Amino acid sequence: MLRSSQPLTGPNRKRCREDEMLLGSVLDEGERGFIIDTRSAQAAKQARMTGGGTEPKSSYLQWKRLHRPLERGRPLQESFIKLVEACNDTSINMDRWLSRLESCRWLSHVKAALSTACLAAQCMDREEASVLVHGAEGTDTTLLVTALAQVILDPSCRTLAGFQGLLQREWIEAGHPFHLRCARSAYSHARLKQEAPLFLLFLDCVWQLSRQFPFSLEFSERLLLTLFDNAYASAYGTFLCNNEKERQAGREGLPCQTGQSKALLENTHSLWAWLNQPGEKKKYLNPLYSHNALVIWPSVEPQSIQLWQDLFFRWIRSSQHLDEAWAKIQQLVEGN
Amino acid sequence: VENVRLLDRLSSRKVALGTLYLTATHVIFVENGSETRKETWVLHSQISSIEKQATTATGCPLLIRCKNFQVIQLVIPQERDCHDVYISLIRLARPVKYEELYCFSFNPKLDKEEREQGWKLVDLNEEYNRMGVPNNYWQISDVNRDYGVCDSYPTEVYVPKSVTAHIIVGSSKFRSRRRFPALSYYCKDNNASICRSSQPLSGFSARCLEDEQMLQAIRKANPGSDFLYVVDTRPKLNAMANRAAGKGYENEDNYSNIKFQFIGIENIHVMRNSLQKMLEVCELKSPSMSDFLWGLENSGWLKHIKAIMDAGIFIAKAVAEEGVSVLVHCSDGWDRTAQVCSVASLLLDPYYRTMKGFMVLIEKDWVSFGHKFNHRYGNLDGDPKEISPVIDQFIECVWQLMEQFPCAFEFNERFLIHIQHHIYSCQFGNFLCNSQKERRELKIQERTYSLWAHLWKHRADYLNPLYRSDNSQTQGTLRPQMAPCNFLYKFWSGMYNRFEKGLHPRQSVTDYLMAVKEETQQLEEELEVLRERLANLQKSQLNDNKVKSKQQDRSKQLGLSTSNNSLANTPQEYSNDLKSFPSRSPSQGDEEDSALILTQDNLKSSDPDLSANSDQESGVEDLSCRSPSGGGCLPSEDSGKDSDEAVFLAA
Repeated sequence: MLRSSQPLTGPNRKRCREDEMLLGSVLDEGERGFIIDTRSAQAAKQARMTGGGTEPKSSYLQWKRLHRPLERGRPLQESFIKLVEACNDTSINMDRWLSRLESCRWLSHVKAALSTACLAAQCMDREEASVLVHGAEGTDTTLLVTALAQVILDPSCRTLAGFQGLLQREWIEAGHPFHLRCARSAYSHARLKQEAPLFLLFLDCVWQLSRQFPFSLEFSERLLLTLFDNAYASAYGTFLCNNEKERQAGREGLPCQTGQSKALLENTHSLWAWLNQPGEKKKYLNPLYSHNALVIWPSVEPQSIQLWQDLFFRWIRSSQHLDEAWAKIQQLVEGN
Repeated sequence: VENVRLLDRLSSRKVALGTLYLTATHVIFVENGSETRKETWVLHSQISSIEKQATTATGCPLLIRCKNFQVIQLVIPQERDCHDVYISLIRLARPVKYEELYCFSFNPKLDKEEREQGWKLVDLNEEYNRMGVPNNYWQISDVNRDYGVCDSYPTEVYVPKSVTAHIIVGSSKFRSRRRFPALSYYCKDNNASICRSSQPLSGFSARCLEDEQMLQAIRKANPGSDFLYVVDTRPKLNAMANRAAGKGYENEDNYSNIKFQFIGIENIHVMRNSLQKMLEVCELKSPSMSDFLWGLENSGWLKHIKAIMDAGIFIAKAVAEEGVSVLVHCSDGWDRTAQVCSVASLLLDPYYRTMKGFMVLIEKDWVSFGHKFNHRYGNLDGDPKEISPVIDQFIECVWQLMEQFPCAFEFNERFLIHIQHHIYSCQFGNFLCNSQKERRELKIQERTYSLWAHLWKHRADYLNPLYRSDNSQTQGTLRPQMAPCNFLYKFWSGMYNRFEKGLHPRQSVTDYLMAVKEETQQLEEELEVLRERLANLQKSQLNDNKVKSKQQDRSKQLGLSTSNNSLANTPQEYSNDLKSFPSRSPSQGDEEDSALILTQDNLKSSDPDLSANSDQESGVEDLSCRSPSGGGCLPSEDSGKDSDEAVFLAA
């Protein structure tokens, strides 16, 4: 599985030998690959006007392009804001709750993200074909798809350590602009242009997987909630900045950011270091975990996709009864 | 009929070819193919509707919808055969005599005494005693011993101590269907009670001295409170409309010290339509999130569930927190009244959250108080306007509570699903007819078997591993959050999409935890035995001055592992882009996964459950569900053993 950003074909249908060679070298003679473009066909076409575009079929003969539009940016943030508003609205009657939930479209985004990741996984696992994923910038929906596909495909990404590695690799080092995306969250009135909850959407999709495959993830929901918290506000430096360049700035040989005197990494602690301390780690483990070597294929039917209650209703209702249930599960498993 | 095809609803590529059989009690589809002689058995009683669809090139499609929400799509090659099957099924699914029902031919090979014992498992007199009655405030009355006062009531009812037969008879004449106020639940901690009745025949101005005395007596039977709640579970408009027909509701002016309360729950027709609409949503092919949520809201189903729950919460609060007695009624006092009284009892009393207690609850508030099982669930062919998912809604309320309070119930979801299944299956005699009177006339207990005994025998399958009788959730009253809590009501896909394996997690957490629990218990017992041995050895060696330490010998290390194989599953159709992938014949490339899917061979012995969503309703319990001829192999109505092929996009 490969990821990138959009090719800069532009209105004149530019070609790039090197790019074609690079993608060509991925596939053997006679093999084919799939390009999953996370923009709609129309949006991708329109991107040409501003210098972007899609891979022309004639130049990338072995690659077949599929469009799976995923929401990102402002609309996704609006969806998030609306959902949080709906969850906090105590005046809604039961006979209007579901349509209100629907109008937020959040669950539709979850369904779309899961479906696309499954498609990528299916290409690899079933069709045994290579996959290239990209959207426009390659920093948002692209990472959502590649990271989620790996959780689906690869059992090692489902371990606690493996999942952290996945996050570090596919989100942090891959350059998801956390600083811009996870700025103010859902309550802020400052509607920042660059803000969008892609990472939360990813965590929600992982949560859906944990519900459908309760034995297959080594980590618990608590980890996902902690990650959500830390992406927005953290005592640790892991989710700071927008990319590696910014994070590494100030280290030996690398230019400093304006206003920054010392390198980030020397100034902050790592979230992973803290999470992995033996005392902390056990809080994030799933007591039901049992290594599952196989691919986990979720159902993306609407009945299978649920609202992540423990996140969206976290401060609204007590999780006491569910916590008791988990404590009991822990006890049963440990007793054994 | 041979060469019949059975289509899978979720994955349109999955088609099974086999033979269709019709017996006196079942429809059976047996899949061809030497390996898995997969069978799908459907009881005629379960059939809700049969639809003959337009003939296509491949054959004549027949759609069978069941009362337990199973939907079976068959394609019969010859139109003539299809028509024959259709006509036969229509007749078989609409019995006219009770004797045609399966319970009269069902033979679990028990002797007469065992059958009798089965019926005695639930004893209502014992239950009322457990509650604390009869006592100083409540007495048992046999005024209805020949069903002379009210033919839909039981022969024994509990009424306030001060009430005479005269008052009962008088009050019964003033109540719809003669269903006078009688005790449903008594709270011995504070003497508050829940009584139930039907609507008074008050019209606009009629009064009845005895009825007023009856209510007064109920109030006085609770010395801790100076008023009585009267809860009418109908929408106010409906209740008012009833007045024009000479019925209606209690006037606060006429009845001393009552506080009247409407808690609107819609009637059986609205509920029937609501379920219908919800099932239509379930039948949508690949709906979007939008389609689903809109459809679900449009059906109103969850709104109704919440309404019933809210009524139950109100009554439970009145009894537990205010210490005030409540009289509940609707129109005839056998639908909404039953729902609301049983939900309230469940919230109030932890006993009803045990397996036995739940059976008792259903016997008390539904069976004994004359809920019209036959009319509502169509045992016999009758008026379609009487059909309504009343008890289904109650069962769903219990499930919703189980989701909110996972440790509070001794039984699990499967218990509820099987009970619902058997209310419609007519395999057992508990839910036949419309009243105790009718059941006695038919001698049900002598001619059929009790579901409760059957479930009790298999109770290990129905336990909730998270249940702890000494836990805060299980003690005392359950207090579900009232608001905001719309989001707490979830769509019960385990019930309404029960047979769609692809939708459910492939392994049941409940079953896993039960297996863990069992293994732990066994190991602990072993540990005890070994400890004893060690102690004995140490004693006998005391003189030797040598203490040998013995290794703990875990002889039978039960390898409890969630069989990884059981977690394999196959992708559904993730893409609507039909042109993306070339067509793949089902035989191609998925043998690995198929082999890894749950089969008898690779299931460890400690894994109790065969089917993915722990739905054993056919595999195990319907073991007894053989054809009346006594022979027959193990039916598996919807075995989880289906080997899913990779469901791809159609070419």
